[in-house]
Amino acid sequence: MVNRFLKKLYSFLIYLFLYAPILILIIFSFNNSKSRGSWGGFTLKWYGALFKDSQIMSALYYTITVAVTSSIIATLIGTAAAIGIYSMNRKQKNIVMNLTYIPVLNADIVTGISLMILFIFIKLPLGFMTLLIAHITFNIPYVILSVLPKLKQLDNNLYEAALDLGATPWYALWKVIIPEIMPGIITGALLAFTLSIDDFVISFFTTGSGVSNLSIIIYSMARRGIKPKINALSTLMFITVLSLLFIINSRTNKNSQRKEDVI
Amino acid sequence: MKNKLIAYPYIVWMILFIVIPILLVLSYSVTYKSDTGLAFTLQHYKRFFDPLYINVLIHSMNLALISTLICLVLGYPMAMIIAKAPVRHRNMMVLFFVIPMWMNFLLRTYSWMSLLERSGLINKLLKLLQLPTLNIMYTNVAVVLGMVYNFLPFMVLPIYSVLVKIDKSLIEAAQDLGANESEVFLKITLPLSLPGVISGFIMVFMPAITTFVISRLLGGGQFTLIGNLIEQQFLSAGDWNFGSAISILMLILILLSSLVMSKYGKDKEGVGLW
Repeated sequence: MVNRFLKKLYSFLIYLFLYAPILILIIFSFNNSKSRGSWGGFTLKWYGALFKDSQIMSALYYTITVAVTSSIIATLIGTAAAIGIYSMNRKQKNIVMNLTYIPVLNADIVTGISLMILFIFIKLPLGFMTLLIAHITFNIPYVILSVLPKLKQLDNNLYEAALDLGATPWYALWKVIIPEIMPGIITGALLAFTLSIDDFVISFFTTGSGVSNLSIIIYSMARRGIKPKINALSTLMFITVLSLLFIINSRTNKNSQRKEDVI
Repeated sequence: MKNKLIAYPYIVWMILFIVIPILLVLSYSVTYKSDTGLAFTLQHYKRFFDPLYINVLIHSMNLALISTLICLVLGYPMAMIIAKAPVRHRNMMVLFFVIPMWMNFLLRTYSWMSLLERSGLINKLLKLLQLPTLNIMYTNVAVVLGMVYNFLPFMVLPIYSVLVKIDKSLIEAAQDLGANESEVFLKITLPLSLPGVISGFIMVFMPAITTFVISRLLGGGQFTLIGNLIEQQFLSAGDWNFGSAISILMLILILLSSLVMSKYGKDKEGVGLW
C-alpha cells in the first residue's frame, strides 16, 4: 500500500517537473501585466495583439511554410529512399543506413555549421532557400526510419501476385506497396513537420537576415525578455501540435491493435 | 522487388548536404591560409589542447556528466514504474513524457527563468513558507537543471523500452529460487536493462555536451560550454578553422559513442527514439 502511494507520488513529482514550466507559460499568456513575475489579472489581449505583430506573423509564416514544404519534400524523397533501401543487398543497405544515421546522431550544432559552410562555399545566399534545404536534410532520415519498419512487415507475396496478374512494377508499387506502408509514411511526415517547427539550432546557422522562424525570434527576445504575445502564440501552437500528436498516437495504436488481431 | 534506383535522389541529396559539408568542415579544420594559398596544418587541433580550451571541455563534460547521472537516478525508477504499470496506462504515461517535447524547447527553458529568478515563483513560494530563498539563476545549478529538464525523456524512454521487453518468467524463476526483491533487481532486472541505460546515457550526454542554448539562457553567458565555443568561433570570433576543428572532435566523440551503442543495442532500430 505504502509502496503504491510512493510510486504515485514519485510519478506525480516527475510529471510536475516536466509540466510546471509549460503550465506557467500558458497561465502567463493570460496575464494582464507585462512582467513575467507578477499577475495583473486575466486578459485575452495578447491573443489579439499577436495577430497585429508583423515580426511574429512573418516568423510564423516562415516557420509554417518551411515546415509544410520541407516535410512534403522529405516525405517524397524519404519514402522513395526507404523502398529503394529495402530492395538493396545487405552491404549497400548498411552503407546507406549509416549515412542515414549521421544527421540523427550528430550534434545539431555540427550539422548546422557544416551546412552553413557549404552554403557560403557555393555562394548560395543564406535565407529562405538554405533554411528549406537544411530542414529537408534533417527531416529525410526520420521519414526513412518511420517507413522502413512498415516495409519489413510487408508480405512480399502480395507484390509478386500483382506482377503475376500482369501489373507493371510501377503499377504494383503504386497500388500494392504504397497503400500498405501508408501509416508509416504519414507518421514520418507528421514527425518531420513537428521536428521542423521545433528546430532552433540548425535554423539559427542556416538562415540569413530577414528570414527568421519562431525559435530564432524567441532566442533573440530571450535576453531582453519575451513578450507575452509569444506565450499566447505558443499556447495556440502547443494545442495544435497536441492534437496532431493524438492523431499519430491513435493511428499507431490502431495499427498495433490490428497486428495483435492478426496474431 | 528491384526498385533500388528510386533511392538515388536520396543518396545524391545526402552526399550533397551531409557528406560534402562534413568534408568541408574537415578541410577547414586541417588547413590555414598561407601566402601561397591553403596549406595543411594540425595547429587548430593543437590549439584545442591549450589549458584554456581543455578547461572548457572539462567544464562541459562535468556539467553534462552530472546532468546525465541525475537523469539516470531520476529516470530509472520512473521507467520501472511505467514498465510495471497496467498495460492500458503505459502508452499514456509514455505519451506524457513526449508531449513536453512538442512545445518549443527555448520557451520551456525560458519559462524556468520565471520560476527560478530572484523574484520568481519558487522564491515567492519559499518566502510565503518563511523559508530561505534560492539564488541559483545564472549558475551551474541552473544550467544542470535546464539540461535535466530538457533531456530527462531521452533517458526514461530507452530504459523503459528495454525494461518492458524483459521476459517475466526470468523474474518469476528467480523468485521461485528464493531471491528477494533487491536480489531480483540486482541480478536480473538491472543487468538486462543495461542496453537501455547505455543508450539513454549517450542520448542525454551527447546533446548536453554540445548545447549552447541552455547555457546561454540559464547560465547567463558567463559559463562557456563546448557548444558556446563552437558558436563563438563561427559567429563572433570568425575563426572558422578552429571552430571546424572542435566540430570534428565532437563528431568523432559522437561516432565513437554510437559505436558503443550499436554494440550493446541488439536491434538496430533501437538507436532512434521512435
